Amino acid sequence: MTGDPGIVIVGASLAGLRGAEALREGGYDGPLTLVGDEPYRPYDRPPLSKHVLAGELPPEATALPQQRPLRAHWRLGQPATALDRTRKAIRLGDGSEVPYTKLLIATGARARPWPGEGAHLAGVFTIRGRDDAAALRLALARPPKHVLVIGAGLIGCEAASCCRDLGVPVTLADPNPTPLARVLGTLVGGTIVECLRRADVAYRAGTKVRALMGEGGHVAGAHLHDGGLIETDCVIVALGAVRDTEWLAQGGLRADAGGLTCDAACRALTRAGDPDPDIGAAGDVARWPNPLYGGREMTVEHWGNAVEQAAHAARSLLRPDDPRPYRHLPAFWSSQFGINIKAVGLAEGADAVAIVQGDRAAQRYLAVYGRSGRSIAAVSFDQARWLPSYADRIAEGAAFPPILDATDQGRVEILAPGFPPARPGPAADERMREMAHV
Amino acid sequence: MRVVVDLNRCQGYAQCCYAAPDSFELRGHEILFYDPAPPDEARPRIERAQQACPVRAISIEPASLDREDAL
Ligand SMILES: Cc1cc2nc3c(=O)[nH]c(=O)nc-3n(C[C@H](O)[C@H](O)[C@H](O)COP(=O)(O)OP(=O)(O)OC[C@H]3O[C@@H](n4cnc5c(N)ncnc54)[C@H](O)[C@@H]3O)c2cc1C
Ligand code: SF4
Repeated sequence: MTGDPGIVIVGASLAGLRGAEALREGGYDGPLTLVGDEPYRPYDRPPLSKHVLAGELPPEATALPQQRPLRAHWRLGQPATALDRTRKAIRLGDGSEVPYTKLLIATGARARPWPGEGAHLAGVFTIRGRDDAAALRLALARPPKHVLVIGAGLIGCEAASCCRDLGVPVTLADPNPTPLARVLGTLVGGTIVECLRRADVAYRAGTKVRALMGEGGHVAGAHLHDGGLIETDCVIVALGAVRDTEWLAQGGLRADAGGLTCDAACRALTRAGDPDPDIGAAGDVARWPNPLYGGREMTVEHWGNAVEQAAHAARSLLRPDDPRPYRHLPAFWSSQFGINIKAVGLAEGADAVAIVQGDRAAQRYLAVYGRSGRSIAAVSFDQARWLPSYADRIAEGAAFPPILDATDQGRVEILAPGFPPARPGPAADERMREMAHV
Repeated sequence: MRVVVDLNRCQGYAQCCYAAPDSFELRGHEILFYDPAPPDEARPRIERAQQACPVRAISIEPASLDREDAL
């Protein structure tokens, strides 16, 4: 054993793996340790709420390819529970200590559990990990009499879509008038309402579930705030994600349930507000001031960010003399009801939306969002071909509506995006959810 | 073997589906469904698919990984 404990990565999933690969690619040759809470090597989460639930892929098929040799120590099945920055070591769940020279924090997020009564009833599920998806898959294969999905975000809609593919009756409940209302607005959300209608999903807009009630320990129904009741024997809670970062806060870093705050180069900030040059962060857990948005602090809980930010944070650890800001245009994809949805930018706060390609009625179109005369985001429904061109315009802050020299661009229709009013509560909490793959 | 496709990048061009039809399939207008864990015998076809993808969206685990990854 040498005197140099080397680089330790906490969180062995997408960002952890890609961070490890980037460190080796960047020429780092010393010891490398990956610590992971889950017992599995890194795997891919997007298929969980799609093909795994549908029974098309076994959960273990989602293991991610490792693109280069890492020669790493894997400490799997152990959470990191404490950080001691003075002694430069972390403690694991089994009490052992792991010293580090540099640390990359990639602990992601976990599903927000059902906050009300009935969270521990059998038949109540969340979808974040392989085991969650495997358990829910078993329940869906039985099949249940009636599924209730709480929360019409991306994961909630994907799950509802799988249920219908399996022929299982499903109700989707959300307080907003349409699914994805906060991410894409109700105008574009209306496209999903149409998909739900065609697929025979009962969409309950303006519906807030108050409590889940059981019979003999198994869920039997959901009580609504308005006094109503939905009978169900299987509940999928899709209310977004939270982070377990108390151990980092105790280590003197700026961390809370919304993420670990970093500088622009993705290095963790201490309580005093300066970056610790030996600690980087990436993926769903990392909150950083994004230069593309005037340094506004954000977390981006999508696949593409985990990949890019991991490489950036790895570079910042290897090149402390040359920290560079991480400039990122958020992006995600989702597939549901047979439609491919792709989005770039942050549509939140848009004051207009322009249908720039395709046809809304045919559910095949590309919409660009504008705010104060600038193009800020775009979404495509089965119209991905033009998205990269609009993404470039958005990253440049081009005028709205953006003009492309596209031959198949018809008349541009400009409409109100229909974002629901901001929820009461701390603004930081609002921001955190808007960018989540929930 | 292990495969992952960057579906932000993927444009649904379907070249991979011609090169390795057992592992890549286009559904609807542009949803790419692929097998992330194809059998090792499929490697030559998957490597062709990777080469054929115009936006380089397909990542695969190198065949030599097990040998070179040891500590
Ligand atoms: C069901 C689902 C579907 C999705 N679909 C899409 C999609 O279609 N498109 C898209 O763009 N994005 C999608 N996403 C989002 C994408 O998967 C995430 O952004 C990505 O997984 C983030 O990677 P990460 O490594 O930062 O975090 P995670 O993948 O959350 O990994 C963090 C890892 O750290 C571990 N960990 C946590 N705390 C500790 C600790 N204290 N010690 C040790 N280990 C710890 C966790 O167990 C976990 O393994 C989806 C997410 C989910 C859950
Ligand atoms: S060839 Fe590439 S872009 Fe085309 S469908 Fe396959 S992965 Fe997607």
